[in-house]
Amino acid sequence: MRADGLPPPHGRAAPAVPVVRCDDLVVRYGSRTAVDRVSFAAGRGEVLCILGPNGAGKTSTVECLEGYRRPAAGVVRVLGLDPVADHGSVVSQIGVMLQHGGVYPMLPPRRALRLFASYYDNPEDPEVLLDLVRLRPVARTPWRRLSGGEQARLSLALALVGRPDVLLLDEPTAGVDPEGRLAVRELIRAARDRGACVLLTTHELNEAERLADRVLVLARGSVVAEGSPASLMGEPRAAREVAFGAPPGLDLQGLRSVIGRGVTVTEEEPGRYRVEATVFPEAVTGETVAPDFTPGALAAAVTSWLAERDVAFRDLRVGRSLEDAYLDVLRSHDEATDLDGRSRR
Amino acid sequence: MSLFRPFAAQVGAETYMTLRRGETLLLTVGIPVAFLVFFSTSHVVSTGPGPAVSFYVPGILALAIMSTAMVSLGIATGFERGYGVLKRLGSTPLGRPRLLGAKITTVFFVEVVQAAILVPVGYALGWHPGHGHAGAGAADALAAAVLATVAFGGIGLFLAGVLRAEVNLAAANGLYLVLLLLGGMVVPVAKLPGALAGVARGLPAAALSEALHAALGTGGPVPDAAWVTLGAWAIGSSVLSTLTFRWE
Repeated sequence: MRADGLPPPHGRAAPAVPVVRCDDLVVRYGSRTAVDRVSFAAGRGEVLCILGPNGAGKTSTVECLEGYRRPAAGVVRVLGLDPVADHGSVVSQIGVMLQHGGVYPMLPPRRALRLFASYYDNPEDPEVLLDLVRLRPVARTPWRRLSGGEQARLSLALALVGRPDVLLLDEPTAGVDPEGRLAVRELIRAARDRGACVLLTTHELNEAERLADRVLVLARGSVVAEGSPASLMGEPRAAREVAFGAPPGLDLQGLRSVIGRGVTVTEEEPGRYRVEATVFPEAVTGETVAPDFTPGALAAAVTSWLAERDVAFRDLRVGRSLEDAYLDVLRSHDEATDLDGRSRR
Repeated sequence: MSLFRPFAAQVGAETYMTLRRGETLLLTVGIPVAFLVFFSTSHVVSTGPGPAVSFYVPGILALAIMSTAMVSLGIATGFERGYGVLKRLGSTPLGRPRLLGAKITTVFFVEVVQAAILVPVGYALGWHPGHGHAGAGAADALAAAVLATVAFGGIGLFLAGVLRAEVNLAAANGLYLVLLLLGGMVVPVAKLPGALAGVARGLPAAALSEALHAALGTGGPVPDAAWVTLGAWAIGSSVLSTLTFRWE
């Protein structure tokens, strides 16, 4: 970013220049603060997922980037431009997917794609897009008669038709079936690979884990965590957790005694178990991790115990999922704000 | 960026959707044709001297303009707002002026189609337009139609811009019924009770039908009062809708 706030000359943007940028963004609805000093940036060829519970401020943040909302404070830039003041320039370079609707209910996919293609100078071929989002079989079916997944794929195709440099997608996989999710993920990756900056909000932690280069977790309007999915989940070498699904009511005491001390075994919810090495020898003795506590050894001990008892298990996972990490982050944030509230009183 | 290509595509899409909506066709073509045939042949309403059809062709043309510019445009726009279509278009390069321009152009297209159907039906029922100054009459009729389209369009978009889609649907239909009865379209304004006739003459529906009756029926000059009323509504309703319209 140049000091005068202008975008760098076309084609000479350094890779490090953020395509999308929020600095201390504040959004208020009346007296309620929906977004409270949120800052982040995303660059070319990057997928940034904004995660957070309902009401965390995800949509408000994205809508500032789309120019729908004027920030109460802070600076928002898309390709170096102000989405409200420079709306005319910004809209030709962004592709938007709203959380709900956004397409004429009467219009079938082919007509909708041709219409939206006419808005842009150098659009994608609607026929090519129809195949990419696998909507050719329903190319002549009005939007209102498409399934939820088909509607989502059409919305995404409409966001892509102008070959945007920035994709702003608000919950692109909400209500989409697994096959549709796969198609949506492939399209988002393809857009990223040709250099687009993709910013998407989601509740689907699995989607974020598979898709995101970087994750931003919002809670009550503030950023509570930011980083790559791997960094939030913890390094794989340091993963000392094993989770698996099995029939409910296993004799966990037996498993504990087999694996040894320093390990907790819990049935988190009926049929879902977690084994955690909580006390590490290095933390106690300063020595290296004992061999029987490495992630591989922990997993091997668990699986052999299950095999000996002929327990049918599934979904064995070594290390934490993004969902685990996400819930931990939110939990510790809640505790921190509670403490904060108490200390203020 | 080509200025015209998005506009032409938008007009194409709007026209496609308008002509594919069954309820819209019923409102814009079915009801006007049915009314024209029914009232011209059944003599349920006394329309004064001359054959009934010479009252009903201008009256029903006025109804057709109101149906398209106010009811059809307003209801469709209300639902587009409700479905987030207008919001989504706000983040494309189409822009509001071109969207509005495309919508108005589509309304004029549909009105031409309506006239192309209603006028031959009128001739078939024995209608003879104007006496004498046919050219001046046609020009007056066209000018009145354009002013009325702006006035009704403004009313339709005002309702669509401030009401929820379902409420807007009910309001537009209710207003249609009131203006149909008070608008000199099926019942001559002169036949209304005195006070009501006074109110009716201030409304755009009666002003339009009065202008069309003069231009296409009697061949006489359009009363100044009708021009003033139409002009005032055209300015007032478009300013009001511009000031109050919400895109989300």
